[in-house]
Amino acid sequence: MLVLERRSERDLRAVVVAPLVAVALTLVTMGVLFALIGHDPFAALRVYFLDPLTDPYGLQEIAVKATPLVLIGVGLSFCYLANVWNIGAEGQFLVGAVCGSWLAVVTNGTDAGPWVLPAMLALGALGGALYAMIPALARVKFGASEILTSLMMVYVADLLLDYLARGPWRDPKGFNFPTTAEFDPAATMPLLIEGTRVHIGVLFALAAVAAAWVLLARTLKGFEIRLVGAAPRAARFAGFDSRRMVVFTFAVSGALAGLAGIIEVAGPVGHLQPAFSPGYGFTAIIVAFLGRLNPIGILIAALFLALTFIGGEQAQIAMKLPLDLTRVCQGILLFYVLACDSFVTYRIRLIHPRSADGSR
Amino acid sequence: MGLVEAILLSVLAASTPLLLAASGELVAERAGVLNLGVEGMMIVGAACGFAGAYFTGSTLFGALCGVMAGTALAALFAALTLGLAVNQVATGLALTIFGIGLSGLIGAGFVGQRIVPAPHLFVPYLTDLAFVGRIVFGQDAFVYGSLVLVLAVRWFLYSTRPGLVLRAVGDSHASAHALGYPVLRIRCLAVLFGGACAGLAGAYLSLAYTPFFIAGMTAGRGWIALALVVFASWRPLRLIAGAYLFGAVSILQLHAQGAGLGVPPQLMAALPYLATVLVLILISRVRRSEGTAAPAALGIPFVPDR
Repeated sequence: MLVLERRSERDLRAVVVAPLVAVALTLVTMGVLFALIGHDPFAALRVYFLDPLTDPYGLQEIAVKATPLVLIGVGLSFCYLANVWNIGAEGQFLVGAVCGSWLAVVTNGTDAGPWVLPAMLALGALGGALYAMIPALARVKFGASEILTSLMMVYVADLLLDYLARGPWRDPKGFNFPTTAEFDPAATMPLLIEGTRVHIGVLFALAAVAAAWVLLARTLKGFEIRLVGAAPRAARFAGFDSRRMVVFTFAVSGALAGLAGIIEVAGPVGHLQPAFSPGYGFTAIIVAFLGRLNPIGILIAALFLALTFIGGEQAQIAMKLPLDLTRVCQGILLFYVLACDSFVTYRIRLIHPRSADGSR
Repeated sequence: MGLVEAILLSVLAASTPLLLAASGELVAERAGVLNLGVEGMMIVGAACGFAGAYFTGSTLFGALCGVMAGTALAALFAALTLGLAVNQVATGLALTIFGIGLSGLIGAGFVGQRIVPAPHLFVPYLTDLAFVGRIVFGQDAFVYGSLVLVLAVRWFLYSTRPGLVLRAVGDSHASAHALGYPVLRIRCLAVLFGGACAGLAGAYLSLAYTPFFIAGMTAGRGWIALALVVFASWRPLRLIAGAYLFGAVSILQLHAQGAGLGVPPQLMAALPYLATVLVLILISRVRRSEGTAAPAALGIPFVPDR
């Protein structure tokens, strides 16, 4: 009989190796899947995971798509470290985009100065944080599970965005397309590298990684977050308030998700439209786990998941592979990440049923 | 057919998938396992159910395919959360992401296709009765099945010995283990049952409710089913009231949109989700004064110490 047995100490090498094994197993599984749907697995894997890395366009797109994933993923890692289950980052991402876009819409076509973009970013972060307060306060004040409430608010945010882009904020000169007018240059993220789509949002993502690393590794607050999550009873004796921690982690992750939302709209998208997000808020959950809830790990994980988005798009164009494969790939990846994590904590041992009764 | 009768009929239809999925999830949660993958199992059930019915022309075979697909996904979940003691919340999310992608792959070839919808019961004279006839005697098998399922779950949990053991496992896995009950095996069966029910609920959507398949057709119903279990305080019979209440909210918003009240359709469409949040808050508030009703070991992985 096979049983799990808790390892007495964590092997540091295993901590690093586990996510790599998960990625390797995902690639193998995807290869099998490609073969099953009738494609040459090696050719498909090359289009999916290698080709984007070899041309400049692919590399730029990885930076562009990893930016929201890093921002949201870093915020979510705070929640998950503290054992707070915010799974509605997608909603906070959309509401951040909506709140920031409000300023872009009302100043559209005016001579508003360079203050517009910073104000938009601030509004986006604020909107995301406030939206995250709904599940946070429902949990703290009434004891409602934040898992379900935060997820429900994603659907609401989606409909809010749909209403605004089709209704009051629709571009009057936009031939009835459900989108706002193209944002003014003053309301658009400046490019980091001219002639590409890489914008200064990348710097925000890197700053978030650095700030989160310092906060988690070097401050009392970081210790508090990890203690509340790992040993709630000990945290209580230490005088840490777990309810304030729920509000704090939701506020941080909501603000970062909201910031990611407005950066995405003011950057690569350039206007507000329904369904502009390919599900960054959900993919960022995978990013957080693949990165082992560590800021630097999250940065690397985000680059990999950005690759799955771009690989999926290119495989659709080049090989007519369905876009749903991207989601399947991401789901499989999360399964493997979680399973490999288990082997860091436990080892599997073969025992003989006869010796299980303790009468050895 | 009067308007009230039409509304009641559509409420009954809209409530059925919620009731089916929530009954299964309730059993899994009473055994102490929180499976957040209901939405994923449901949509794969919808895709596989449609595929099965499309190729054979049989609703029954389609439903069976849905059930098997849901069970297969639940087995994956069980292997990870029970076999490897992985975090249940994260695994459930992975199951949903995976399921939505997989259903898109399976269902891609069936979008735009039609099948014969599940047949409705017809009893001479009775079905023709004014007002109550179609509602009581003119439903499809899924509707009756969902009610039978809830009653069976209630009977199993509260009137049989295995049901008692299952609840014991969900309340204190350590005690149940000490008494010699196979905690992980019982939990595994409960999770598989939950998956079967979610798959059936999905199959109902594509075989009877619509009857066609489109990507993302579950539209959060799996999540609402999860909320229903909380709403019902983990009691099977209360699921019926909850499911019909949520069914009513989702149907009323459709009718209100049709009536053209001048309210944005998106606001009306958001009502079921907002109602879920509101109900979760109210229920939790009431429960806070009465003490929690959740199974004590819900969501906690079990690794026997030795």
